[in-house]
Amino acid sequence: MKELIQANHLSKTFKLSAKQQKIEGTKEKTKTAVNDLSFTAYEGEIFGLLGPNGAGKTTTLRMLSTLIRPDSGDAIIDGSSILNNAEDVRSKIAFLTTDLKLEDFFTPNYLFDFFSELHQIPKEMTAERKKMLFGIFGIDKFAEVKVANLSTGMKQKVSLAISLVHWPNVIIFDEPTNGLDVLTAKVVTDFLLDLKKQGKTVIVSTHIFSLIEKVCDRVGVVVDGHMIVCDTLEAVKNGLSLEDRFFEIYKESVGDRDV
Amino acid sequence: MYNAIITIFKKEIARFFGDKRTAFSTILLPGIMIFVMYSFMGDALSNQFSVDEDEKTVCYVQNLPADDTLQGMLQSGFTVKELSSEKDLEKTKEDIINKEADLCVVFPENFEKDVHIDRSLVSADNTPEVQIFYNSSETASSAAFQTMTALLDEFESLLANSFDVNRQKDGVTFDLASDEDSAASVFASMLPMLLLMFLFSGTVAVAPESIAGEKERGTIATLLVTPAKRGQIALGKILALSFIALLSGASSTIGTIISMPKLMGSASDNLSGSVYSVTDYLLLALVILSTVLLLVTAVSLISAFSKSIKEAQTYCSPLIIVAALVGITAMFGDGASTNTVHYIIPLYNSVQSMVQIFSFEAVQTPILLTVLSNILYSLIGAFGLTKMFQSEHIIFSK
Ligand SMILES: Nc1ncnc2c1ncn2[C@@H]1O[C@H](COP(=O)(O)OP(=O)(O)OP(=O)(O)O)[C@@H](O)[C@H]1O
Ligand SMILES: [Mg+2]
Repeated sequence: MKELIQANHLSKTFKLSAKQQKIEGTKEKTKTAVNDLSFTAYEGEIFGLLGPNGAGKTTTLRMLSTLIRPDSGDAIIDGSSILNNAEDVRSKIAFLTTDLKLEDFFTPNYLFDFFSELHQIPKEMTAERKKMLFGIFGIDKFAEVKVANLSTGMKQKVSLAISLVHWPNVIIFDEPTNGLDVLTAKVVTDFLLDLKKQGKTVIVSTHIFSLIEKVCDRVGVVVDGHMIVCDTLEAVKNGLSLEDRFFEIYKESVGDRDV
Repeated sequence: MYNAIITIFKKEIARFFGDKRTAFSTILLPGIMIFVMYSFMGDALSNQFSVDEDEKTVCYVQNLPADDTLQGMLQSGFTVKELSSEKDLEKTKEDIINKEADLCVVFPENFEKDVHIDRSLVSADNTPEVQIFYNSSETASSAAFQTMTALLDEFESLLANSFDVNRQKDGVTFDLASDEDSAASVFASMLPMLLLMFLFSGTVAVAPESIAGEKERGTIATLLVTPAKRGQIALGKILALSFIALLSGASSTIGTIISMPKLMGSASDNLSGSVYSVTDYLLLALVILSTVLLLVTAVSLISAFSKSIKEAQTYCSPLIIVAALVGITAMFGDGASTNTVHYIIPLYNSVQSMVQIFSFEAVQTPILLTVLSNILYSLIGAFGLTKMFQSEHIIFSK
């Protein structure tokens, strides 16, 4: 199997403002969000990053998508380095996260065309993809409604469709089902499986065990910026349910570091 | 080769013009407001200083002298009504208090005879006294008083005429200022500051919204995960914002120019924009374009530093004050600066270039220096903006 995404010893430390220090309840001036984190995702699989709130999942995915630079380490995505070929990386991936917002003022239809143009997609292909993606997520019905007037779920669907205008091989989704009702969440999980069928490589981050169990081939458990375990779903579960196994792993790792 | 500048430019323009209300309030409203305001100010000013011109003020006169010259002079300025008795006089004074009459003049009984006595032979106390009653709290009455005083002064000087000044009325023009000059002094002193302010307010109306606003709402990050080059995104935004700021500035300027005649009253009879040459207008356009580019870049940088639209606008206010002060320099001193080095100082160079153009002293070297240095500063600024778009601290600072 081809190694499509290789994260090598990624680390990221943030400076904390006085306000953030208070919120985090710490006296330290910095927070290491991601600490020497490595993993590999193979072509055509769905890789899950599982971890509690604040574990560093979003930070890791932001580094992979070149929005922020790691302090140390590198990642190679489909042959391009996130440090040295950021633009190449951006044209090879789709990145979806809740803090990438769409402009309220525009309609899904306009935004799809706009982002297609930024990705330099030919007009006919744009139309074709729009038809397909808007069909899958039922966006047709509100394609001409301004984003401001859409519900959270509708916005999430539009963001998803728009992140895929260039139909890339690598798809990175941060909490793709957050805030969605069960019906919409099912549309999204089914879509992830569909992408896999088409040979795409998908990375999802989540703290929802069922999502991982449903779609992931391999999973990495992140706690406090560290990659604790990274293996196939079956190997990680080790005969237990993922939830039970997670608590075991979590206890071990926190215990380890307390010593 | 594909260029994201155009895509970004189109989006910014669609965003702006798609919102009819913003477009109206940024582009049309300033022009209309300025026109209405200035016209109103102009009308108010001229009402203040001129009484109804068609109707001559009625002037009540006691003991009107028979002298033809004097009567002619009085009648040229007033509708003269003679009072016949002491009682009439008291009644008229009463009317002036109640603002029902404006002016009452009382000549001494032997005025005509007394004025012709050789002054050098009699003591000053015997000089005949003309009394003028008026009411200073009434504009029309005050004005009438002044006219009457001036009239009588003139008559007095006629009595002892030793020489005349500028008597000849036909065939000779004593005010040698050309149409151009009088238009020039007004335009040169006022317009540079007004223009700078209009351009600035147009810029502040759009740039913070487009840059700090996108940051605040988290939409800029979406743009930055596309393969579009940061520099092209920055330039696309700067160009689109400049275009809009320019439209807004143009609307304000048109508003000013068409209301200027009203504002300046009769002083503007000779004042018309048509006295400038094509080259003047061309140079002006270049100066304005480069200034807008500079302003938009500066405000964009400030907006990129700021966490919110509000913060950006707060940071812009000191800059607006500086610009206003620089604009005021156009009203002082005589003419534009002749020191070429001054034409690389941002804002000051634009103001001085405009002073040159408006006062028909346009010299191409300093003006082109202004344009080029403004463009250079804008390019440096655009480069800075690109760097800021690359910085996660800037994009994700909350
Ligand atoms: N820009 C930033 N400045 C300071 N600290 C940050 C910044 N971004 C993230 N952090 C901190 O880094 C840690 C990891 O955050 P991250 O968002 O990666 O967690 P996460 O695993 O995605 O959590 P969640 O499940 O809640 O989304 C947190 O403690 C967070 O406070
Ligand atoms: Mg997260």
